[in-house]
Amino acid sequence: MTPSGQTSREGRSPSGTDLDALVDAAREGDSAAFEELVRRTHVDTYTLALRLTNNEEDARDVVQETYLRAYRGLKNYRGDAQFTTWLYRITANCASTFLTTRGRHRHDDLAASGDIADGAADADVEQLAQAGDLRSRLDEALEQLPPRLRAVVVLRDVYDLPHEAIAAELGISVSAAKVRLHRARHKLRAHMFPETAEVEARAV
Amino acid sequence: MRCDELAHRLSEVADGTVTLPRSQRRHVEQCLRCQAEIVQYRKVLRAMRAMRTELLEPAPGMVADVLAHIEEAGERTAIRSIISNHKVAYLGGLAAATAAGAAGAILVAARSRRGRVRLAS
Repeated sequence: MTPSGQTSREGRSPSGTDLDALVDAAREGDSAAFEELVRRTHVDTYTLALRLTNNEEDARDVVQETYLRAYRGLKNYRGDAQFTTWLYRITANCASTFLTTRGRHRHDDLAASGDIADGAADADVEQLAQAGDLRSRLDEALEQLPPRLRAVVVLRDVYDLPHEAIAAELGISVSAAKVRLHRARHKLRAHMFPETAEVEARAV
Repeated sequence: MRCDELAHRLSEVADGTVTLPRSQRRHVEQCLRCQAEIVQYRKVLRAMRAMRTELLEPAPGMVADVLAHIEEAGERTAIRSIISNHKVAYLGGLAAATAAGAAGAILVAARSRRGRVRLAS
């Protein structure tokens, strides 16, 4: 993943109350209010889209489709969840549809998915510990995760969406979502702590 | 109790969504390997949560692209609606013309039958 630029969320992300008035106005057909909503939330939406697709161009397409669906579905938004959470769910759904259409899941069947390539395991462990911090290893591990596993772990562990919402947006059962989460976390841990994974592998 | 019997639950122990039954808890308390795994999962989860505070900036022009996409889609919908309205009008006209033709044919047939009856009488 090569993001165009990374900034801190502090002071950048709109709070729910900031957006409520805009959402109400946009639901009444105020197009300027909807435009302002896009302006205030698009970086957040793009961040999630990029994390799910792992590709800048794909992320832009997902963002466009997300706002189109949001625009069309705004009248159905009941305000039960925060507007941003509602947008995350649409983004997750669009990314899932997008990746499926693109055939990115061809070799990503849950039952058949193999272990991720663990290049780090071959590397000198000491060197790895000195050179890379935990965060860069996490980025690397996320990049190597199959999209289906990445989607679940990002939505759950970064965006804190409940299992039910994740399952609904990805079109899978809640138990499948939980299985994928476990597999994803296991792979992330194995990649981030290769020395332990190696010991475990030898013990089996 | 073996470590691999517990392995699938350790990430949930780390995120606090699962409390192990007493026998499993006792194993973890005595097992350095399981404890190390839980610690590693906690580190993974902490790093994941930290990502929540980061924003990845898109290249400039995204808002304009989004709005243009919505507008385009709106236009496409409008065009489709016009076409389908035209189709409805066309089919309606065709149905009306067919009905008028059929009515005319019936009328002509009825008149010619009446004429034949008069001639016969």
